[in-house]
Amino acid sequence: MTVGDMSKVAKTNGTEPATAPKGAKAAGAIANWADERLGLGTAMKKNLRKVFPDHWSFMLGEIALWSFVVLLLTGVFLTLWFDPSMTEVQYNGSYDPLRGVHMSSAMASTLDISFDVRGGLLMRQMHHWAAMIFIASMMIHMLRVYLTGAFRKPRELNWVIGCLLLLLGTIEGFTGYSLPDDLLSGTGVRAADGFMKASPVVGSYMSFFLFGGEFPGDSIIPRFYAMHILLIPGILLGLVAAHMLLLVYHKHTQWAGPGRTEENVVGYPMLPVYAAKAGGFFFIVFGVITLLGGLFSLNPVWKFGPYDPSKVTAGSQPDWYMGWPDGLLRIIPAWETHIWGVTLSWNVMLPILVMPPLMLMILIALPFLEAWITGDKREHHLLQRPRNAPTRTAIMVALMTFYGLSWAAGGNDIIAIKMHLSINQITYFMRAAVFIGPVIAFLITKRWCISLQRHDEGKLLHGYESGVLVRSPEGGYAEKHLPLPEGEAYRLSARDIDPTPETVEEIESSGLAGRQVKLRRLRAKLAAVFFADNVQKPTAEELHDAQHHAEHELHELEAQIAAGPNKHGPADH
Amino acid sequence: MSDAHNNDHSGEIEPVGPIADPGLPAHTWRPTDVDPAKEKRAERQVAGFFGLSAICTVLFLVAYFTLDIDDNWHVVAGFGASTMALGATLGLSLMFIGIGIIHWSRKLMADHEISELRHPANSPEEDRVATLKALNEGIEESGIGRRPLIRNSLLGAMGLVGLPAVVLLRDLGPLPGDKLEHTIWGKGLKDKPMRVVRDGIWTPILASDLEIGDLVNCQPDALHNPERYELDPTEVEGIASQVHKSKASLVLLRMNPEDIKPGKDKDGNSRENWTVNGIVAYSKICTHVGCPISLNERTTHHLLCPCHQSTFDLADSGRVIFGPAGRPLPQLPLGVDAEGYLVATRDFDEPVGPSYWERDYYDRW
Repeated sequence: MTVGDMSKVAKTNGTEPATAPKGAKAAGAIANWADERLGLGTAMKKNLRKVFPDHWSFMLGEIALWSFVVLLLTGVFLTLWFDPSMTEVQYNGSYDPLRGVHMSSAMASTLDISFDVRGGLLMRQMHHWAAMIFIASMMIHMLRVYLTGAFRKPRELNWVIGCLLLLLGTIEGFTGYSLPDDLLSGTGVRAADGFMKASPVVGSYMSFFLFGGEFPGDSIIPRFYAMHILLIPGILLGLVAAHMLLLVYHKHTQWAGPGRTEENVVGYPMLPVYAAKAGGFFFIVFGVITLLGGLFSLNPVWKFGPYDPSKVTAGSQPDWYMGWPDGLLRIIPAWETHIWGVTLSWNVMLPILVMPPLMLMILIALPFLEAWITGDKREHHLLQRPRNAPTRTAIMVALMTFYGLSWAAGGNDIIAIKMHLSINQITYFMRAAVFIGPVIAFLITKRWCISLQRHDEGKLLHGYESGVLVRSPEGGYAEKHLPLPEGEAYRLSARDIDPTPETVEEIESSGLAGRQVKLRRLRAKLAAVFFADNVQKPTAEELHDAQHHAEHELHELEAQIAAGPNKHGPADH
Repeated sequence: MSDAHNNDHSGEIEPVGPIADPGLPAHTWRPTDVDPAKEKRAERQVAGFFGLSAICTVLFLVAYFTLDIDDNWHVVAGFGASTMALGATLGLSLMFIGIGIIHWSRKLMADHEISELRHPANSPEEDRVATLKALNEGIEESGIGRRPLIRNSLLGAMGLVGLPAVVLLRDLGPLPGDKLEHTIWGKGLKDKPMRVVRDGIWTPILASDLEIGDLVNCQPDALHNPERYELDPTEVEGIASQVHKSKASLVLLRMNPEDIKPGKDKDGNSRENWTVNGIVAYSKICTHVGCPISLNERTTHHLLCPCHQSTFDLADSGRVIFGPAGRPLPQLPLGVDAEGYLVATRDFDEPVGPSYWERDYYDRW
C-alpha cells in the first residue's frame, strides 16, 4: 500500500497548531479496549484503509443497500400499528368518506396509520417508495454489473446472490403491497389465486392451502405478513451480508486507466473518504425517500376502499416491477387444453409460472454460459466497456427489450386510452413485438458496439478529430487529426485481446468422436458467433506505424498551412 | 468440457498492451489544500449544512406538535399538511447531513488515491493441500466410506425426516373437495328460488325494471336475507360473505331477444329458456384469473375484463371474442318467481372463475 504526500492536507482548523488531535487519542483508547476483548486489530489492520475505486456507476448498488436499510427502519415503525387480521370491523377513524364502512382489521389499521398516527402516512409512503427504489436500483445495478463484465470470475457467485436478491425483493414487494387488503391489492391477490389454480394437478390444493380454504378466506393477510416481516427479510438480510462480504473479499472491480491494472485496486481508503462518502450517501438516499414519501402520494388505499371480490377499478395494475409478467398475461392468446376431463391453462402457466422463473434461470446462467462459450477461466478485475463485448451487450439489450415490451403490454389499456388506439391492435402488435423486438435489438446493438470499437480503433491509430479543416491544393477538404493524450490512449488500449477458443476445424482435425466432441463443436460454433467481427486492440507495431503515418500527414498539412492561403504546397503534391 | 483446452487461457492476464502503462497521474492539490481562506470557507460550508439540518429537525418537531392530520390530506396541493411538512422537514434535515458529510470528504479530507495489490481469490497451494489432507483424514477417521451400512441408513433416515416438514403443512387448509363447483345460487328453495338482487342495495329486480342495454351488478338474495332460504346467518357473514361473493357475483344484461343465440347446457339441451325477456345472467368472475368483469359495451353486448382485457359476448353463451381467457363465461339460468322477481332457477352448471386442473369443460355450441 502506498500513501501519498499528505503534507498539505488540511489537518488544523487554520489557527491551532497541528498537535495530536483529541479525537484520535479517544479513538485509540476505545480501539485498545475492544482489541483486548475481540482481537479486532488483525482483522481491521487491512480493512480500515481498504481501497475502494471511485466511479458513479458503483453507487447504484449502494442505493439498493441504503433503501433496504430505510425499508427496515420504516417497516418496524409500521408494525407497531398494523394489525394483520382479516376480521371484519367497522371503520371509525378520522377519514370521513369511509367511516362506518365494514372492512378487515388490516385495512382499518392501515387507515389508522394514515390518518390517526402523526407521520404514519409519511412512513407508509416512504416504505412504499423505498421498496420501489430498492427494486429499481437492484435492476440497474445488475445491468451495470452485467454490461461491464463485473460478473466474471471470481465474482460469479455474487452475481447469483444478486439474482436471488432481486427475486426475493420482488416477492417481498408483492407480499407487502398486498397487506393493506384494499381493493387494488385484493385484485392482485385474486389474480395470484388464479395463478396458483392454473398449476397442473395440484393447483386447487395449493390455493386452498395458501388461503386456508376457499379464496379469500381469513388467513392470507396474516400469512403474507409472516413472510413479509420475518421470513423474506431474514433471508434478504443474510444474502445482503454475503453479497457485501464477497465484495470486500474480492475487492471492487475498477476501470482500466493509467496506473489501474488487473493486479491492483486504486481509489480512496475506506477510512475516512469512502466511509464519509458512503455514509453521507446513506443520508442522501434516506432524505430523498423521505421527501418522496412526504410530497408524492402513492398507493392511496383510502381512495380504493376495502377489498370486495365483486368490485374492481379500471386500470388495475400491479406495482411496476410485477408489470412484465402481467403484460405477458394480457397478450397471450386464449390457449387452454381440455383433455380427459382436466384443464391445462397455458394462458396462465406460460406467462406466470414459466416465463418469470425462466427469465431468472437465464439471468443466473449468463456468467456460466459466457465462461463456457469463451473458455475464459481467468480472473478479471478490470471492467470492460459494453462496446468491447458486443455479443454480451447485445444479449442484455435483447433481454431488456423483451422486458420492456412485456412491461409496456402490461399497460395496454392505459396506452389505448392515452394514445387513442385500439386495445386489440396494441395487443396483436405486442404479440409479435415481444418476439421480433429482441432480435432486432440484438442485431442493432451488436453492430453498434462493433462500430464503436472501430471508432476507438480509429482514434488510437489516427488520432482524434481536431475540428480543424484543411483545404488541399487540389481543393479537397480534410479534417486534421491529432494524437490522443497519453492517458486517454492508454485507457482505450488497456483491454483484453479476446480469447481464441478452439475452432470447429481444430476439433475435426483432432479425429476424436463421441458426445464430448459434439458438445465441443457446439461450443466452438457459439464462440465463433460470440466473437464474430469484434475489433481487437492494435498491436504495438500497428500503432507505431499508424502514428508514424499520422505524424507524416500532420507535417504535410502543417507545411501546406505554412505555405499560406491559395498557394501550392510542396511540389510532390 | 475440455479442460485441456481451457488451460490455455487460465492464469494471470498478460498486461501486454500496445502502449506502456504511464502510471498514476501526479496528484494535484485542491484549492482548499493550499489556500487557508478557501479551507476556512469549506469548513464553514460543511458546518452550515449541519446547521441547516438541525434547523429542519426543529421545524419537524414543530410540525409534529402543531399540525393535525385528521383527513385533510388534500389541504396543501393535494397533500396532508402534516404529512407534507413532516416529510419535507425530515427529508431536508437528512439530506443536509448527507450533503455536509460529502462536502467535507470532497473538500477537506485527504484526496490521495492509494493503490492496493490484489490477490487471486483462491488460497495458497500449501493451504489447499493442508485442507484437503485434513478433509481426507476426517473422512477416513469417520469411516463413512468403509461402512456403507451406516452411511446408507443415515441417508435414508435423513431423507425420511424431511417428510414431517411437508406433512406438518397439511393443516394449512382444507382440501378443495367440490367447493369450487358450487355457489350459493344453488341454495334456493323449491317454493322460494334464489332471487337476483342488486349489489349494495339488495333490492329484487322485476324484468320490466331493465331497459335494453342496461347492465346490473347483482348478488344472491341469501347474502342479505339468509333466513328466507333457511340458512344460518353466520354462513353469510364477514369472510363467508366474501367467499360467496367471489363465486356468486353476477351481471344482468338486457338485450334485444332476437340478438340472443342460445347455446347448449351441460346435458346438451338448449339454453333458450335461461333468459327472461332478453335478460341474461352471467358470472361476473373472469374465467382467466378471476377479476370481476365490469366494462360493458352497451351497443355490442360485449363485456370486457379490466384486468387483462378478455372480452366476452353475452349474446353468444359468453363466448371469448378477445383476450387471454380460455373459456366462456358461465351463464346462470334465469326465471321469475310468483311475485315476478328475477330468480336463479338453479346453480351454474359449471364452476365459475379461473380454470384449474380438475375442472371439466363442455362445448356449448
